[in-house]
Amino acid sequence: MVEENGSILLVENLRKKFEENEILKGINLRVEEGDLVSIIGPSGCGKSTFLRCLNGLEEMDEGVVEIAGVRVEKGGEQGLSGREFRRRTHEARQKVGMVFQQFNLFPHRTILENVAISPQVTQGISREEAEEEARYLLGKVGLSDRMTHYPSQLSGGQQQRAAIARALALKPKIMLYDEPTSALDPELVDEVLQVMRDLDREGMTQLIVTHEMRFARDASDYIVFMDAGNIVEISDEDEMFTNPKDERTRKFLGRFL
Amino acid sequence: MTKSRALVWLVCLALATIVADGADGQEGAGGMPPLRWGAAVDSNAPYAFYGPGNILEGFEYEIIHAIAKEMGRKPQFVSNSWDGLIPGLDRGLYDMVICGIEITPAKSAEVLFSNPYYVTYEQFVTAKGTPILRSLDSMKGKKVGTLNHTSAMAMLEKVDGVEIKPYEEEINAYNDIVNGRIFGVLLDFPIAKYYAQPNPELEFNGPPFGQITYGIAFSKSNQALCDEVNQAIDRVIASGEMRDILSRWGLWTEMVAGAFKQPAAPSCPDSEYRDFVKSHHQYEKSLWDRICGYAQFWPLLLRGSLMTLQVSIFGMTLAIALGFSLAILRVYGPWPLQVLSSIYIEIIRGTPLLVQLLIIFYGLPNIGIKLHPLVAGILGLGLNYAAYEAENYRAGLLAIPKGQMEAAMALGMSHFQGLRYVVVPQSFRIVLPPVTNDFISLLKDSSLVSMVTLLDLTGAYNRIATQTFDYFGSGLLVAAIYLLIGLPFVRLARWAESTMAVDHRKSGNRPGRFSLPVPFRKKGETNGN
Ligand SMILES: Nc1ncnc2c1ncn2[C@@H]1O[C@H](COP(=O)(O)OP(=O)(O)OP(=O)(O)O)[C@@H](O)[C@H]1O
Ligand SMILES: [Mg+2]
Repeated sequence: MVEENGSILLVENLRKKFEENEILKGINLRVEEGDLVSIIGPSGCGKSTFLRCLNGLEEMDEGVVEIAGVRVEKGGEQGLSGREFRRRTHEARQKVGMVFQQFNLFPHRTILENVAISPQVTQGISREEAEEEARYLLGKVGLSDRMTHYPSQLSGGQQQRAAIARALALKPKIMLYDEPTSALDPELVDEVLQVMRDLDREGMTQLIVTHEMRFARDASDYIVFMDAGNIVEISDEDEMFTNPKDERTRKFLGRFL
Repeated sequence: MTKSRALVWLVCLALATIVADGADGQEGAGGMPPLRWGAAVDSNAPYAFYGPGNILEGFEYEIIHAIAKEMGRKPQFVSNSWDGLIPGLDRGLYDMVICGIEITPAKSAEVLFSNPYYVTYEQFVTAKGTPILRSLDSMKGKKVGTLNHTSAMAMLEKVDGVEIKPYEEEINAYNDIVNGRIFGVLLDFPIAKYYAQPNPELEFNGPPFGQITYGIAFSKSNQALCDEVNQAIDRVIASGEMRDILSRWGLWTEMVAGAFKQPAAPSCPDSEYRDFVKSHHQYEKSLWDRICGYAQFWPLLLRGSLMTLQVSIFGMTLAIALGFSLAILRVYGPWPLQVLSSIYIEIIRGTPLLVQLLIIFYGLPNIGIKLHPLVAGILGLGLNYAAYEAENYRAGLLAIPKGQMEAAMALGMSHFQGLRYVVVPQSFRIVLPPVTNDFISLLKDSSLVSMVTLLDLTGAYNRIATQTFDYFGSGLLVAAIYLLIGLPFVRLARWAESTMAVDHRKSGNRPGRFSLPVPFRKKGETNGN
């Protein structure tokens, strides 16, 4: 299916409610392979919820999510049974990497183990093989000399880079980031953003919820602006900053311009 | 691998002990099954008790042996606590109970009694020099001690205005007269004779009160054995052997002579009574001599300690395994199991451990489940502590931030894998200190297993104290042993606490400040070390 439409991510009419509050009000989005997409928007507009619906950490109420070749559909004629829905969600997670604002590294394991654990557990890869791959990935994010450390012994920037390496260990087709630099001291932000830039250069598809406007502007292929559960505007990075079409976008960006 | 090996080893050890216990004194005489008799032998002179060198003796002990000889059977003794004697009869732990039980209408409704094998009365004892008492009524307004569930207790309850002080051990009751806590003690004459008479600060006061007949108790369904024993008792009385036994123990009184229609004078000197006074009442011995005297008890103390350790370790193993399962069910299980596990935890935590133990040991046989005492003890402690361990684990599981499970799921792990590799290992480190502390509590609570006929360290204490009449010295000794056994675990708990404080890397969310960020390396460049 990826091959059919060429998109690595296709979202149609995605809806999500918490109790009676509709948080996502029918989102449509298409992302092509290799794109780096920034998602911006005011606090509480549903950015995190949207990202979490993509890999099933939140269960959507309605809509279609086709991610890395796995199609999940809820409601409508082709809605999946609960069991099939869960099976596909699980399948999708193997191909989607996710990085959290709070890193969520496993504190009881070393950095190397953090990165090597999930391929062993979920894909039955041998420990030696998984650790070799982990060493390579940790080298890539510049943590070769911190592999035997525990997460608490690293700086925030190092922890977040380790978390990125951990997400990469499953060789995902697409990476999702939820405010990856918001918990970091300002001087540590760049080292994390740099990793994402490098991944972009390698051709990784990345979806980043961020408040780093400069990064969004400089690095993204395009920017998605969300407000109150809707995607209000999708545009080329420079255009959005210089000439936002929507009033809400203008208001939001006004603070940064 | 090593874990499962250790488990197998533990189970083997438990089985071995059970088998070894069960094999005790199984040999019957000439194919006849042994005549199993139950008694509570701690603090039980002169009925049946452990004398010097841990040898069972006493006038009831001798009577049982005489009866068994008449019947051509081999007697086999089964120990039990006083409160458990009658339930143990229904449970089939033994064929009969002989333990100074008075024949009363109320008890006859529950059990079958043999003909009397001894007749006696209640004797009042006061401090030396107390004015002479004429009747029970003159005890009005006074504090009077006696033992629980005795005929003396029943007698005192009928007197208005007496303040009854119930005791578990007669020696404590008599000591409290000397200590000035109570006015006097009313108890069966044999007890008064052995525990009060030798004490120079006490004296018998007042006339014999009432008349008590002791009988051997059988299960209601065992009329045949009761008849057989009755015939044997008659023969033992008729042959004069009963008179000999009771005379030697200094218990041949006019009252019992009249009841058996035999001469009032003892048939021989009260040699057993004299021996008892000589070996037990140590009013002249120094503290040091008394402590040295405990040396002879070391096998008993060792056995008790091993039992305590064994019950505690197996009980805790069960508690940890079951508690962990309960916690997982309560936190992550489907809702019906969540509810069941909560109900279990609340019921167990809301009822006393002692009640649970007694139900398991004496109650379950009513529905056909008879457990070996050791199994019952371990099960009782394990099932009880499981509820507390479950709460420990639940707290531990809930202390792990939600982000940990989400990260595991986002990495493609199933819910189970997330628990197995991420959440549970972290919560284990959190619960290690409270679990170790609970083990120390369990070690102390294990003293309750003496209620299900196991001889643990507390049981050993009781036996030594009632043999030496020294609750103080032997108590200190046993307390020291408890401390010694618990010490390694106290150290473990402290160690675990301090390790967790340093080592528990609180979810790793907060950026640490231990090292400066390394300069970022360009892609593809790997660092060889
Ligand atoms: N589990 C939940 N239960 C109920 N309401 C929720 C839940 N998660 C999020 N919400 C609500 O949904 C709305 C959108 O939340 P979301 O976290 O997606 O916002 P956001 O755009 O990521 O905001 P921020 O920039 O502050 O992270 C908020 O109003 C939030 O209160
Ligand atoms: Mg958010």
